[in-house]
Amino acid sequence: MNLLPTRPLTDTSNSGLKAFLHGLPGVDAVGLEARAATLATRSIKNESKAWAIDTAISMVDLTTLEGMDTPGKVKAMCAKALHPDPTDNSCPSVAAVCVYGDLVTTAREAVGDRLHVAAVATAFPSGRASMDVKLMDTKQAVADGADEIDMVIDRGAFLSGNYSKVYDEIAAIKEACGDAHLKVILETGELKTYDNVRRASWLAMEAGADFIKTSTGKVSPAATLPVTLLMLEAVRDFETKTGTKVGVKAAGGIKTSKDAIRYLVVVNETVGEAWLNPDLFRFGASSLLNDLLLQRQRMTTGHYSGPDYVTID
Amino acid sequence: MTFEYAPAPESRSVVDIDASYGLFINGEFVDPFDGQHFKTINPATEEVLSEVAEAGQADVGAAVAAARRAYDKTWSKMSGKDRAKYIFRIARLIQERSRELAVLETLDNGKPIRESRDVDIPLVAAHFFYHAGWADKLEFAGYGPNPKPLGVAAQVIPWNFPLLMLAWKIAPALACGNTVVLKPAETTPLTALAFADICQQADLPPGVVNIVTGAGDTGRMLVEHPDVNKVAFTGSTEVGKAIQRAVAGTNKKLTLELGGKAANIVFDDAPIDQAIEGIVNGIYFNQGHVCCAGSRLLLQESIADEAIDSLKRRLQTLRLGDPLDKNTDIGAINSSMQLAKIEELTQSGEDEGAERWSPECPIPDKGFWFPPTVFTNVTQAHRIAREEIFGPVLSVLTFRTPEEAVEKANNTPFGLSTGIWTEKGSRILWMANKVRSGIVWANTFNRFDPTSPFGGYKESGFGREGGVQGLGAYLHVEDPS
Repeated sequence: MNLLPTRPLTDTSNSGLKAFLHGLPGVDAVGLEARAATLATRSIKNESKAWAIDTAISMVDLTTLEGMDTPGKVKAMCAKALHPDPTDNSCPSVAAVCVYGDLVTTAREAVGDRLHVAAVATAFPSGRASMDVKLMDTKQAVADGADEIDMVIDRGAFLSGNYSKVYDEIAAIKEACGDAHLKVILETGELKTYDNVRRASWLAMEAGADFIKTSTGKVSPAATLPVTLLMLEAVRDFETKTGTKVGVKAAGGIKTSKDAIRYLVVVNETVGEAWLNPDLFRFGASSLLNDLLLQRQRMTTGHYSGPDYVTID
Repeated sequence: MTFEYAPAPESRSVVDIDASYGLFINGEFVDPFDGQHFKTINPATEEVLSEVAEAGQADVGAAVAAARRAYDKTWSKMSGKDRAKYIFRIARLIQERSRELAVLETLDNGKPIRESRDVDIPLVAAHFFYHAGWADKLEFAGYGPNPKPLGVAAQVIPWNFPLLMLAWKIAPALACGNTVVLKPAETTPLTALAFADICQQADLPPGVVNIVTGAGDTGRMLVEHPDVNKVAFTGSTEVGKAIQRAVAGTNKKLTLELGGKAANIVFDDAPIDQAIEGIVNGIYFNQGHVCCAGSRLLLQESIADEAIDSLKRRLQTLRLGDPLDKNTDIGAINSSMQLAKIEELTQSGEDEGAERWSPECPIPDKGFWFPPTVFTNVTQAHRIAREEIFGPVLSVLTFRTPEEAVEKANNTPFGLSTGIWTEKGSRILWMANKVRSGIVWANTFNRFDPTSPFGGYKESGFGREGGVQGLGAYLHVEDPS
C-alpha cells in the first residue's frame, strides 16, 4: 500500500476505480478538524490583510442561482462584478460571474471578454437527469458563451458505489466542454464522510476536472474549512503524482472577510502560493463580496462605512 | 506579492510584572530571611523580567510550618463543599485572568502565545474546575467510605508547562484536603507568583498554598523537610532518582513524573495527513519541551520515504520567532542550559552517523533558539534514539511488522507515552496492550484532559495525575497505579 495512489490509473472499470479509490489513505475526522481549527487562529493584520482582501475579491465567482433570476438582475450583477467598488478604481474585479445556463447569453453580453462567465450545468443542483440532457445542457451553455462549466456529480451513483458512472459522466462532460474549464461540484454536504470527499476529489481529478468544487450552495452544510483543507490536500497530492495543478472552489456559506481570509490561510499553508490566484482558487459567493468591500473601504479610509455604501448587486 | 503574515503580536500591556518578588508564605509575600534574589529572563530576548527570592532553609521551614498550621487548623477541618467553593473561585479567576496569564507564561517560558492561550491556560482552569467538583464527592471516588488527606504536600515542578504543572499538583492536593508548599522551576517562577496573587484574590485561607521560589537546592530542602507528608515531583529522571533516595525510609508518600522517549508509531494504513500533523504536534509542540513528546518516530518501512517527504514539506510551513506573535508555531528554548543540552545531543546524532535536516528558517539574533530538526537513518543504538533531548528534535526509525514496532517502542528505559496511527481498530487495541507506557494515544498525540490519568512506567516515574486515579496520590490509600 502506498500513501498516494500509483499512477497512472489504467483500469477505469467500476472494479478498477473502486480498488483505486478505496486504496486512498483514510481521513481522521478529529485530526482534520483540529488542523483546520488551528489554521483558523492565524491572525492576519495590516498589509497582509489588505493583500488578502484584494486577492479574495479577485477570486470571487459572483453568483446568482435563483428561480427568480431575470436578465435585469444578471446585468446588474455583471456590472458589479466588473467594478465591485464604483468609488474606487483600484479595486480589482471578480474572477467570474456564475449563472444558470439560460442566462449565459445575457451575462456574456454584459461582461464581454473582460470576465469569465461560468454556467452551472448537468441538471444543477440535483444532477438528476439523463446523460443526454446533461450533455445538451453543457453544450448549449458553451455555445452561448460560457467559458467555465460548473457541473454536479451524480451523488446517488457515487454513494451506491457506481464510481464508473460518475467517472464516465465527468469525462463526457469534459469532452463536451471543449475549451471551457470544467469545475466539478462534489456536493460534500451529501457525501457526508471525509473519506468520501477524498475519494470523490480523486475521482473527479482522474476524470479530467480542471477544478473541484465543494458545493452547489443549495445543500447545508456547503463549504467548510475542514472539507476545503481536505480537497486542497487532494489537489496537492494529485500534483505530486501527475504534475498537474487542479483548482479548488469553495462555494456556499462563506459570508465574511474573516472567513475568506481563513480559507486563504489554509490554501497558503496546504498547497502554497502557487494556488493563491484565481486560476487555481475561487470562492463561490454572493454576499461575501460586500463584506470584502466594506473591509477594503475600512482599510483604505480608516473607518467603517455601512451597507448603504456598497451596492446591493 | 506572496502571502506574508504581518507581525501580529499579543499586547504585553495586560501584564504587570513587579521589579522584585518575595516568597508567598502564609498568605503573604515576604522577603527571604537572607535577602537573596535571582533574575528571571525572557528566553526569547534575554531581557530581565524580574528578580525573584531564593528561598533558603529557614524560608522553606516557615513555608512548611505555615502549611502545617493551615492544615491542622483550617483546611483539613473544612467540609469538602467549602473547599470546593475556594477551588471553583480559583478556577473562575484563572479564566478571568487568562489573557494576562497566557502572556506572562509566554514571556517567562518562551512558548508561543498560541499555545499558552489555547492549550496551557484553558487546561489550567479545567484542572481546577474538575478537581473542585471532586472535593465534596471523595467518598464516592472508590477509595473507601471516608478517605483522609495526607497533610502537607511538597511539590516541585518543571519549567516546560509552569502553570499547568502547578495546576496538576495543587488542584488535586487542595481538593483532597491537603495543604501545599510548591516550588516552581527557577527559570519560570512568574506564573506561580501570579497564582499566589489569585489565591489572595480568592480569599484562600492563609497557608493553604505556599509558593517558595529557588533553584535545585530549595527543592531539595523542601522534599527533605521532615514535616512534609507527601512529595510530588515532575522533572528529570536524574533528579527524580535523587528525590526517591532522599525520601526512602521516611513515611512520605511519593509520586514522580519523569522523562520520556515516546515512540510515535505510524502504520502504512494510517490517516496520513493527520498522522503528519500528529508527528509535528508530538515533537514540535512547546519546542519539544514535553516529557511525553513523540521524540522517536517509528515509520513502517513501506511508507517511510513518502512519509518523510510529507513531513519535511509540512515542516517548511512552521513559523519560528517572537513567541508573543499570534502566528508563531515554534518559540524560544527555555534556557541557555537547555539549548546547550540540545546542541550537544544533536551533535552526537551527527557524529554517530544519523542524517540531520532542518527547514530553512531564520533564527533571531537574541535569545535561545533551535530550529525544528529531523534525524533520519537513526538506529536504536544512537544516543538520539535513547536519551531524552527535550527539544524540537525528531529521530526517525523504521519497522517492518507490528511485533517489531512493539519491540522497538518498548526498547527504552522510559515508558511515559506512545502514539499509534492506523485505521485498524483491532491493531490499536492489540498495540495498546503490548506497549509499556502510561499513556497511549491512538490517531492523536499530546492530548490532555483533567479527567484522564497521566503518568509513567519504569524510569518515567510512578503515580498518576488527573482523573479519579490521580486523587489516590493525595489520599490515605494504596497507590492506585
